[in-house]
Amino acid sequence: MATAQDNQTDTVTIEVDGQELTARKGEMIIQVTDRAGIDIPRFCYHSKLSIAANCRMCLVDVEKAPKPLPACATPVADGMKVFTESRRTVDAQRGVMEFLLINHPLDCPICDQGGECELQDLAMGYGRSVSRFTERKRVVRDKNVGPLIETDMTRCIHCTRCVRFLEEIAGTCELGGMSRGEHMEIGTFVERNINSELSGNVIDLCPVGALTNKPFRHTARPWEMRARKYVGTHDCLGSHLHYHTRGPKIMRAVPRDNEAVNECWLSDRDRYSHFGLRSEDRLTSPQVKVDGQWREASWSDALDAAARALKGAVETHGGSELGVLVSPRATTEEHYLAAAMARSLGSENVDHRLRLLDFTHPQAGRAHLDVPTAKIAESDAILLVGSNIRHEQPILGHRVRTAWRQGGAKIADINSVAWDFHFDLAERMIVPPQAMVDTFARVAKAAADLTGAALPEGKLGEYIAARQPEHEAKQVAGMLKDAASGVLLLGDQALNHPEAGWLRRLAEWLAEALEVALVVLPGPANSAGAWTAGSVPGRGGLNARSMISKGRQAYLLWDIEPDFDLADPAAARRALEGAASVVAATTFDNAVLRETADVLLPLSPAPEVDGTWINADGHRDTLQAVGRAPEQSRAGWKILRKLGELAGAEGFDFATLDAVTRQALENDSAEAAHDEAAAPFVAEGDTLWRTGEVPIYSGDNILRRAPALQQTTHAAATVCAVHPTTARRHGLEDAERVRVRQGEASAELDLVLDERVAPGAVGLPVATCPVSTLGAGGGEISLEALS
Amino acid sequence: MQSITRYLRSLMLLELFRGMAVTWRFGVAPKATLNYPEEKTPKSPRYRGLHALRRYPNGEERCIACKLCEAVCPALAITIESHNREDNTRRTTRYDIDLFKCIYCGFCEESCPVDSIVLTDIGEYHMENKSEKVVDKQQLLAIGDRFEESIAANRAQDARYR
Repeated sequence: MATAQDNQTDTVTIEVDGQELTARKGEMIIQVTDRAGIDIPRFCYHSKLSIAANCRMCLVDVEKAPKPLPACATPVADGMKVFTESRRTVDAQRGVMEFLLINHPLDCPICDQGGECELQDLAMGYGRSVSRFTERKRVVRDKNVGPLIETDMTRCIHCTRCVRFLEEIAGTCELGGMSRGEHMEIGTFVERNINSELSGNVIDLCPVGALTNKPFRHTARPWEMRARKYVGTHDCLGSHLHYHTRGPKIMRAVPRDNEAVNECWLSDRDRYSHFGLRSEDRLTSPQVKVDGQWREASWSDALDAAARALKGAVETHGGSELGVLVSPRATTEEHYLAAAMARSLGSENVDHRLRLLDFTHPQAGRAHLDVPTAKIAESDAILLVGSNIRHEQPILGHRVRTAWRQGGAKIADINSVAWDFHFDLAERMIVPPQAMVDTFARVAKAAADLTGAALPEGKLGEYIAARQPEHEAKQVAGMLKDAASGVLLLGDQALNHPEAGWLRRLAEWLAEALEVALVVLPGPANSAGAWTAGSVPGRGGLNARSMISKGRQAYLLWDIEPDFDLADPAAARRALEGAASVVAATTFDNAVLRETADVLLPLSPAPEVDGTWINADGHRDTLQAVGRAPEQSRAGWKILRKLGELAGAEGFDFATLDAVTRQALENDSAEAAHDEAAAPFVAEGDTLWRTGEVPIYSGDNILRRAPALQQTTHAAATVCAVHPTTARRHGLEDAERVRVRQGEASAELDLVLDERVAPGAVGLPVATCPVSTLGAGGGEISLEALS
Repeated sequence: MQSITRYLRSLMLLELFRGMAVTWRFGVAPKATLNYPEEKTPKSPRYRGLHALRRYPNGEERCIACKLCEAVCPALAITIESHNREDNTRRTTRYDIDLFKCIYCGFCEESCPVDSIVLTDIGEYHMENKSEKVVDKQQLLAIGDRFEESIAANRAQDARYR
C-alpha cells in the first residue's frame, strides 16, 4: 500500500496533443515526449548532457502559459496540457529557425554534414524557402583544434553541446563560449589542440557542420555510404560501432548505441584507427625467402613453403620446439585455429599475452569482472591499481568519471606515474614499480587489521603480515571497506608488471576480504576470445616470454611486429635470428620480419575479416567483414585452415567459418600453464626500475600507422622521464640526453624531469620506435648521462 | 447513278490534277531541307546535348564535389570522387560521365548549385572506341573551356524563365 502511495506522489499525468502520458516528477517535457515517440525539434538538448535550453527550437505551447515554453527545460506538472503541433508552437519554432539561419552560411553543398545535418533536416520543415535577411552575415574564423577535428565555425549555431560534452563527459573543459550575443564564438580561447581521448564525439554531437571529422573531410557523402556493424578492436571493451563504407573502402567510424558497452560514445582510438589500414606498407602479396632473397610467391607456393618449414622443424627438433605467438587482436577463430594447429603438431607453446612479464598466476593477463563494466559507473569507491584508465580503456575511464561525478564515488590509485585523471582522487599512492607489491600489500595489511580477515596461507600471507601500513594505506583500505559497492580495478600496467602474479593474488584476496568487486582489465582487444579459444599454453607449454627467452627452432608469428608487440624486443630479435624457421602472417611489412622470417603471408586484420569478438564482459559478437582487403591479403582463418591442412594437423577440414566458430566457442580454457612463483620481491638498494606504459596510440600495428592519431599530442616523441629527485640522486640533473641500458640492450633518449613519475622509477613507454631495440617494459634499468 | 458520276469524274482526271497541284506547289515553294552538315537548323538555348564542366572567369573550376548531380542522375551515369584540396576546399579527383548511360534529362544541370555541370547544345559527336564513351573531368573541362561563350549566352537567354 505504501508503495502505491509513493507511486502516486512520484508520478504525474500530462496531456500531450490530447494523449495522456505518465511522467516522473521533475522530468522535462521533452524526456516524456521522447519516450512516447512524439517528435519535438531540438538542437541543444541531448539526453546524456546537461540542459542548456539555449537553441529555443523545442518551444512548445503549454496551456495557461503566457508564452511558448522550451520543452527541454520545462518540468512536467500534473494536468499540464502540451500542444506540439498547434499554430502557436509551429509559429514559435519557425521564428526560431529563421533566427538560427540568419548567420548560418547555408553552404550545404560543400559541407560534410550535408545529408545528415539536423539543421538541414529541420530547415526543410520549419525554414522559409526564401530568406528575408538581407544584411551582412557574420563570419567566424576557423579554429585549429588538432588533427582529429575540423572546424567551420561560421556554421556554428551555439548549441554548446560540444562545450558541455567536454566539460561533463570528457572532463577536460577544453572548449568554451567567448564573447556575447552577435560576437559569441565557440573555441579553445588560446589556440591549442583538443586533447581529450574522447574528443571525436563532439563531431557526432554537433547538430550542424561546425565540427567535422578531419581525416574524413570532403571524401564522401552520407548517402553514398553503407553502415556496417563492427566492434572497436583496440581495447578490451570492444565499443560497438558502425563503419561507413563506400564501395570497398572504409570511410569513417561512428558509434553504435549500446548502453551496456559504450553508451553513445566512441573513443578517438576506435574512431580514427581504421585510417591505418590504408598505410603504404601493407603487405599485399605472399613472400618467400629463397637463398636469402625475398621473392613474391603465389599463395599455394607460399603456404607450401610455410607448412614445410613448420613441419620440418617439428620433425627434426620435436613439437616442443615450435612456438606460436598470436596477436590478441586476432579473431577468436584465428586464435582457435592457431592453437589447434600447434597442439596437433605436438606443441603446447601457444600464447597471445605478448606484453606480459610475469606468468606466475594461472589466469595471468585474463580479464575478470565481478560486476559488468557498465556497473562501474554506479560504484561508490574505486581503487585503481596500475592503471591509466583514461588511456587504456577510454570509455571505461568515462564510467569511472561518472561514478565520481554523479555518485560522488571516492577514488584512489596505486600507480608508478601520477597520471592526469579526469576525476579527483581521495588518495594517491605514487610508488616506483619495485615498491608496487609492497605498497599494495600494505593496503592488504591495513584491510586485514580493519576486518580481521584471515591472511592467505603461504608466502603471500607471510609477506602481508610483515608489512607496516601507513596512514594512506589505512585510508584506502577504510575507503573500500566502507563502500557499499566498491571496485578494485587492476589495469594493464598491473598486468604487465614484473610482479603481476603477486599483484593479482593480492587483489583477489583483498577483494574478498573487503567484499568489493574485482575488475581486471587487460589492454588488448580480444584477449577474452583468446582465452576461450585456448590460445594459452597448456600443460608443459611455454608462455610468450619463455618462448622468446628460451628460444625455439620454429616460430609462427601471427600479426606481430617483434620490435613493437613483444614484451622484450631485444630478446625477441635474438630469438628469431636464432630460429631455424620463422613463418609470419602479417598485415604490414616490417623490417625485423624481413630480416628474420622465411615466409611472409599477407593477412587482413579486423575489421576486414569475419569473426567472433569477445569483450571483457564476455559479450560475444560474430561479425561480418567490413571493407575489402587489398590485393592478395586473405582472412586469417582461411590461411590457418589451409596451413594446418598442409602441415598435417588433424581435423582441419572446415568448410565454413561457422564450423570453426562453433568449435572455437565450445570450450573455455580454465587456466594456462604457469610459472612457479618465488617470494614477493622486496626492493633493496638504489636501483631504477622501468615503468613502461603502452602509449594510447601505439598499442597495435594499425594504431601505429593511423596518420591522424600519430599527429596528436598523445603520440609525442618517446622520452625518458624521471622525477627530479631521482635525477639528482643519479647525477642526471643537467643531462639532456641519456643512454638507457637494459642488460645488453641500450638506446639514446632525451631525458625529461617529470614530477609525476615516482622517485625511483623511469617512465619510458613501450611499443615506439626509439625503444624498439631495448628490453622489457619493466624491471631494472640504468641511465647514464650523455654530454 | 452513283457509279455513272464516279465514272465521269475519273474520266476528267480530277484526282490526278489535285495531286499534281500539291507536287507543283511544293515544287516551287522554298525548301525546308538543309544541306547538312554545311547547313544547320537553329537550336533552342535549352537544347540538351554533350556535357561540359564550367570554370569561373578567374580559371577556377566551379565544381565543388557536392555530388548532387551524381545523386540525382536517374541513369547512374555520373561517378565522382572527392578530396580535400591543399587549400582546404572540396574538389573532385574524378568526374566521369558515361555517355551511353546518360539519357540527357538535364537533371544534373538543374541540381548543380554552382552551374558547373551543363548540357551544351552540341548534338554532334561520335566515338570510335567503346572506351571513349566515358568522358572524364579533364575532357569535360576542356569542352567547357572551348564552348564557354555559347554556354554562357544560352544560359543568359534562358535566365528569365528559370
